[in-house]
Amino acid sequence: MIISKQKGLKEILGFLKGAKKIFLVGCAQCATVCKTGGEDEVNQMEKALKKEGKVITGKAILDPPCHTVKAKQFYQKNKDALSESDGILAMVCGDGAQSIMEGTRGKKVYPALDALFLGMVQRGGHFIQKCVLCGECVIDATAGICPLTVCSKGLLNGPCGGSKNEKCEVDRERDCGWIMIYKRLKELGELDKMKIIRGAKDNSKALHPQKIEG
Amino acid sequence: MSLRKAIESKKFIVTTEAGPPKGIDASKMLEEARPLAGRVDAVNVTDLQSAVMKLGSLVSCHLLKEIGIDPVFQITCRDRNRLALQSDILSAAALGIENILVLTGDHPLSGDHPQAKAVFDLDSVQLLEAVSGLKKGKDMTGNKLEGSPKLCVGAVVNPLADPLEPELIKMEKKVAAGAEFFQTQAVYDVRGFEEFMKKAKRFRVPIIAGIILLKSARMATYMNENIAGIHVPDELIKKIDHCDDKPKKSIEIAAGLIDKLKGPSDGVHIMPIGWERYLPQVLDAAGL
Ligand code: SF4
Ligand code: SF4
Repeated sequence: MIISKQKGLKEILGFLKGAKKIFLVGCAQCATVCKTGGEDEVNQMEKALKKEGKVITGKAILDPPCHTVKAKQFYQKNKDALSESDGILAMVCGDGAQSIMEGTRGKKVYPALDALFLGMVQRGGHFIQKCVLCGECVIDATAGICPLTVCSKGLLNGPCGGSKNEKCEVDRERDCGWIMIYKRLKELGELDKMKIIRGAKDNSKALHPQKIEG
Repeated sequence: MSLRKAIESKKFIVTTEAGPPKGIDASKMLEEARPLAGRVDAVNVTDLQSAVMKLGSLVSCHLLKEIGIDPVFQITCRDRNRLALQSDILSAAALGIENILVLTGDHPLSGDHPQAKAVFDLDSVQLLEAVSGLKKGKDMTGNKLEGSPKLCVGAVVNPLADPLEPELIKMEKKVAAGAEFFQTQAVYDVRGFEEFMKKAKRFRVPIIAGIILLKSARMATYMNENIAGIHVPDELIKKIDHCDDKPKKSIEIAAGLIDKLKGPSDGVHIMPIGWERYLPQVLDAAGL
């Protein structure tokens, strides 16, 4: 899931300065779970913007906005309201915001959220990053724990030697990723996997922009 | 004696450390290093230690070499991708620098430019492999080099890491990747170091124990709380706290540790952390 947080109202009003009539779009998936762009948040945003003198021309929650077909359907359904709007405030991740921009034939889209990471939902309001989308998964050798994500330096061949009380050198509140991997491998009786030298990563596998066709 | 010769002769190896200035005036670093020429086997030059932006290690090594010191070019994975790392290693060798020490490096967050992008394109094991390749005349993708570097390549280990097993696994990988010697995190617990040496002996590479000059009780407490694998015993903290002449006591403590390490260790690497000017006295006191 894409974990996001809402931008402050001050920043949003800053880039909405020249736009008076706003269409609000939320997301029924990730942003709903994150409580950053679901129905409740869209309604709250409506209130807040009205208070600041904006006119809300319409509201929609797309399921999901990051699907171009859904974005196009949204455009067809709301053509009139959109044509009289100065812009769309997208309470969705950056991917969804751009899909909306394309689906609405280049309508001005303003981002209301900051997309943070691909994350796992632990419980309401608690999210954790487990994968940085490196393009070449290695967790077969690391007991199912991603070293690129849990190790602050993304090391592939073991701990940096800086962990103290099993906490990471970079953040003493957080467990050292490599000690976690070591312990888990040991539990599984697979410590030998840690002894194999992992070659340098092929960063060309995670170039952007990426595209998959067919 | 050069580091390579010292290693080959199996003598007790003595190395120290120089910290480049923040700026281009290297005169203090050079003046403090000058008396070490001929007295130590090599002087390491830190590579933006603690992620603090400074004069580069490579250039500082060159300047030290000009005054007759055998420098060890410390190179971390923090700031350079594999292109720049390999190129800087070739550059060092082209300048006649004979030793390098490969480290992971501190994260930029711990330094004076916390906004910097952390690179870590390679880790220390992968960089050691890259250096081994360069020595054999090939770059990381197998392209042939015109003239290959002949380097004495070292790595680091934390002998009192807890748990020790993952550290030993990584050490073994470093040896397999081409590390010819190790310098260690500062040792204050000689017995703990001896335990580590029993386990690390099988790697058959010289291990040079780290010594950090203890400057104050505050520094000891800070290290105990924050630095991995360092435990300054209370007895030493009391000694440095209850004395009038701190440098004198510090020298005495370091000499005492060096003396005890002469048995279990293959050498000592003395890190003065700002007290470079006392290094000759430390060597005198330790009979080195
Ligand atoms: S190695 Fe880590 S970052 Fe790469 S795909 Fe696997 S989990 Fe994701
Ligand atoms: S302390 Fe552990 S998690 Fe942190 S950078 Fe070092 S190896 Fe990675």
